[in-house]
Amino acid sequence: MRILVAMSGGVDSSVAAATMVERGHEVIGVTLKQWSGPDGRLPTAGCCTVADAEDARRVAAKLGIPYYVLDYRDRFAESVVAHFTSEYLAGRTPNPCIECNRRVRFGALLSRAAELGCDRLATGHHARVDHDGTRYRLLVGRDRDKDQSYVLHMLGQGELASILLPIGEMTKTEVRAEAARLGLRTATKADSQDLCFVAGDYREFLRERLPQAARPGPIVDATGTVVGSHRGTADFTIGQRKGLGVSFGEPRYVVGVDAATSTVTIGRREELAVEACLVTGVSFISGGAPEEGAEVAVKIRYRSAAVAATLWTENGGRRVRFSEAQLAVSPGQAAVFYRGDEVLGGGTIEEAA
Amino acid sequence: MLYLDHAATTPMRPEAREAMAPYLDADFGNPSGLHAPSRRAKDAIESARERLAALLGAAHPLDVVFTGGGTESDNLGLAGPCLAGSGRGGVVISAVEHEAVIETARFLGRLGCPVRVVPVDRFGRATPGDVAAAVDESTRVVSVMAANNETGVIQPVAEIAAAAREANPAVLVHTDAVQAMVSLPVNLGLLGVDLLTVASHKVGGPKGVGALVMRPGIELEPVIHGGGQELGRRSGTHDVAGIVGMVAAAEAAVFDRDRFGRDVGEARSRFEAKLTAAVPDVVFTIGAGADRLVQHSHFRVPGISAETLLIRLDGAGVAASAGSACQSGALEMSHVLAAMDLPAEEAAECVRITFGWTTSPHDGDSAAAAVATVVGDLR
Ligand SMILES: Cc1ncc(COP(=O)(O)O)c(C=O)c1O
Repeated sequence: MRILVAMSGGVDSSVAAATMVERGHEVIGVTLKQWSGPDGRLPTAGCCTVADAEDARRVAAKLGIPYYVLDYRDRFAESVVAHFTSEYLAGRTPNPCIECNRRVRFGALLSRAAELGCDRLATGHHARVDHDGTRYRLLVGRDRDKDQSYVLHMLGQGELASILLPIGEMTKTEVRAEAARLGLRTATKADSQDLCFVAGDYREFLRERLPQAARPGPIVDATGTVVGSHRGTADFTIGQRKGLGVSFGEPRYVVGVDAATSTVTIGRREELAVEACLVTGVSFISGGAPEEGAEVAVKIRYRSAAVAATLWTENGGRRVRFSEAQLAVSPGQAAVFYRGDEVLGGGTIEEAA
Repeated sequence: MLYLDHAATTPMRPEAREAMAPYLDADFGNPSGLHAPSRRAKDAIESARERLAALLGAAHPLDVVFTGGGTESDNLGLAGPCLAGSGRGGVVISAVEHEAVIETARFLGRLGCPVRVVPVDRFGRATPGDVAAAVDESTRVVSVMAANNETGVIQPVAEIAAAAREANPAVLVHTDAVQAMVSLPVNLGLLGVDLLTVASHKVGGPKGVGALVMRPGIELEPVIHGGGQELGRRSGTHDVAGIVGMVAAAEAAVFDRDRFGRDVGEARSRFEAKLTAAVPDVVFTIGAGADRLVQHSHFRVPGISAETLLIRLDGAGVAASAGSACQSGALEMSHVLAAMDLPAEEAAECVRITFGWTTSPHDGDSAAAAVATVVGDLR
């Protein structure tokens, strides 16, 4: 087959490309240029830097595959950045990785793969795709600490049929060992460089790009009483306890962030805890929905453990009832449903209650 | 492989390789020295200088400055006169200049030199009137390229130079003839300019060598400082083999010009006719609308991005390009097409095919077939 591999310049996608080559496929490597510095060039710090693209290019050369940098700046700005800022201004906590995977990687790039005559798109995500005889399934990555299935929950049968996740069966240690065995220069490169400028230090991104998030404003309690002030909502996220600059007898947590009015709302731990949440924009990987009251495990944040819950249809979305109250359930984040190793699907948290 | 990117660079001509060989081997001396090996090297570059001066119409061989390429010559051609003496001379450039000129102008602007950028018509040509209108007392250098590297469009340089001097007789006119040199007669007199930039690797010489050729008596502030080679106008030990190779290639190119024009012209006609037959909605950016270099064909296929087309062609063993690529190789919105008022969506579809001295007329057929196959596949 001919395979397009999305190469970020990190070790995971390097090994993904190498694995495809070793399996005898005809491979094309690409790096997406998602944004650029003020002079239009690739940035020199952060993600998608010149150095990252050069790493990817050197790996591609070592593997003997053609390599291109594709310009996805407009696409990224239109979908990921615009979505992030409008969601944030609406008082929500968006996850840019999900939008990027939905619109850019497994959206625009997947159609590009077909245009380039490729049969499949491979990425370096830690997750697995298998086929149970009737349907494709998305499974958590073998390396649970590195599992990235959360940001892939929106994929459907069509996408899963067209993608390959070659390192999903490997642990990070194995990925690095493989890179070292092949002499790839990314073998010892630091982790998590696959976070982009929005996802990486989103506070800095907000301060730079969104004046509303850098505006001083009041800190209020649940009753609306002003209890303090802040220098910009960018510094706060739901569930945060430190750095509030106000002191009470017992700890206070951020329970709401509204950039539009520059208001940060704080409350006690109880005010942060909810029994349920409403999830909208729900999709299921199999194409069919599970039964009413289905018992699932749900992840309400990228890097937190899944918790037991039941799913109930409501307003075209799903009411998720947690088996025990959860703290810091943030509207805008994805809720992803699991059963064992399998990702059932997920959606966006609309309201926590 | 079908190589259709001769404007990016072209294979070395055998004459250049042959001329260079001794200086890569036995005649390795540094031309700035008193012993015999030095004399042989010095003799080689001075002979090359005489020949290039004759070729490009310089009154005296010392009006030729050897540089590290087209980019450096452009830098020296603008910054040299503007920063010479006291004060900060102004520059006037066209909007479609090569980055080597645009970025130098921007740099001079940061140093306090007045910079003006003259707009172009929809084929990318500046008019003598617009250039003259931009020239004033502060203007030291006017720089308008002889032919554009993306589209191949030829600028009315002689008319522009005359109009600029009418506006200010003290002005110096520089032209970047890096692309034009491949297929047009190029010299100071014909173009009516004071300073002329050429680059070795575009005419079949080695990369990293170029020249700035001038009328007598022009004072230049160097951009590279050091041991004072090239009469202090460009320091650094000479690339002897490179200089010898460049001049041999330039002579070969001039000698070969008629044949080049015929073969390449035939290749391009066949390419454009056959592609039009196979893909009727193909749009040639310039077509018959303006004079253009015989080796350039610039076109787009509506609905197909240049990125996709070029990658597919690369996969099929056909090397072509778009006008502008950044350091990473990603295609960029071309400032040339933007200045020509091409909408961004159309500019993102534009592809450049450039033929060269190794092209046979039949390559035009193959090129059209290759593009048509990819387009057929995508539609
Ligand atoms: C019109 C023009 N000017 C200048 C240059 C730069 O020449 P060099 O590559 O020798 O630095 C080029 C080559 O890309 C060119 O096409």
